[in-house]
Amino acid sequence: MRVLVRSAEGEGFVPPSTKDFQLPPIFGDNVYTTKPILLVFLSVILISTFFILSARKAAVVPSKFQFAGESVYSFVRENLAKEVIGHEFMRFVPYLFTLFTFILVNNLFGIIPLIQFPTMSHVSFPYVLAFSTYLVFHYVGIRKQGAFKYFKEILFMPGVPKAAYILITPLEILTFFVVRPLTLSLRLFANMFAGHLLLLVFILGGEHLLQGVIGLKLISPFAFGIGIVLTFFEFMVQCLQAYIFTLLAALYIAGALADEH
Amino acid sequence: MEGTLNLVGFGLAAIGPGIATGLIFAAYINGVARQPEARSVLQPIAFLGFALAEALALFGLVLAFVL
Repeated sequence: MRVLVRSAEGEGFVPPSTKDFQLPPIFGDNVYTTKPILLVFLSVILISTFFILSARKAAVVPSKFQFAGESVYSFVRENLAKEVIGHEFMRFVPYLFTLFTFILVNNLFGIIPLIQFPTMSHVSFPYVLAFSTYLVFHYVGIRKQGAFKYFKEILFMPGVPKAAYILITPLEILTFFVVRPLTLSLRLFANMFAGHLLLLVFILGGEHLLQGVIGLKLISPFAFGIGIVLTFFEFMVQCLQAYIFTLLAALYIAGALADEH
Repeated sequence: MEGTLNLVGFGLAAIGPGIATGLIFAAYINGVARQPEARSVLQPIAFLGFALAEALALFGLVLAFVL
């Protein structure tokens, strides 16, 4: 495809790359007003307005608005917190709920027209979320079992023959302190990054084909069509990633709470 | 044609997670087909396994851009 376009045009098609994610500041030279940062603030405003409004006139027979807000809440509470964490789940519902809605809205920015930039495709935002989850689950584990017992059970898993500790202890240290927070953040980041790049390829490619000769103009609707199909696919991935991030956070908390790891 | 060999490497690296994801969902569908009431138990497990397998492919993607 790229070769075709280039031979027809002279100047080549520049495929989207990581440079497309480096957006300039919006207001003057202030580096704190780039698009992703403004989107984070927008998401906070949107989420709080939505849930305050939906909960303000709470009635026994809910309005449509209240029903929408409550179904998101009960999804997180029943399907995520209650099923994964068990009887102590109520303490963690606020955290998991915040995590879920924040990630969901920020991901959905990727396909909302005129915004179309998933905040989480900048790796620093998932890092912060993963780091706070990391602090939460270690804190919970230490509070529940005491620092000594908690770390002892991580380092020396009970019920394992003594000789196997040579292999298992380094792996466990790696899992708990490096791999878990890293995979948690990188999974979210890489999904959003790859999804946005995929959409860019098809939409920018379609636009470029439109500028070519008549034969290429006929192909471009297919590129746009695939772009639209992929947008729906992205919608699914974005919801799934918000769910998976929250599910894993709940699982880590449940693991820290459990008496045996 | 131009580009980097990294992307070829990423394509090869994505085979493994692709197969793994297929196996995970095959097992999940099998389980639900045999015992539909086990769906709520199997669903988080299936998605957890999917997320873990998919993470490997995505590390490949990140490395393809970073290296």
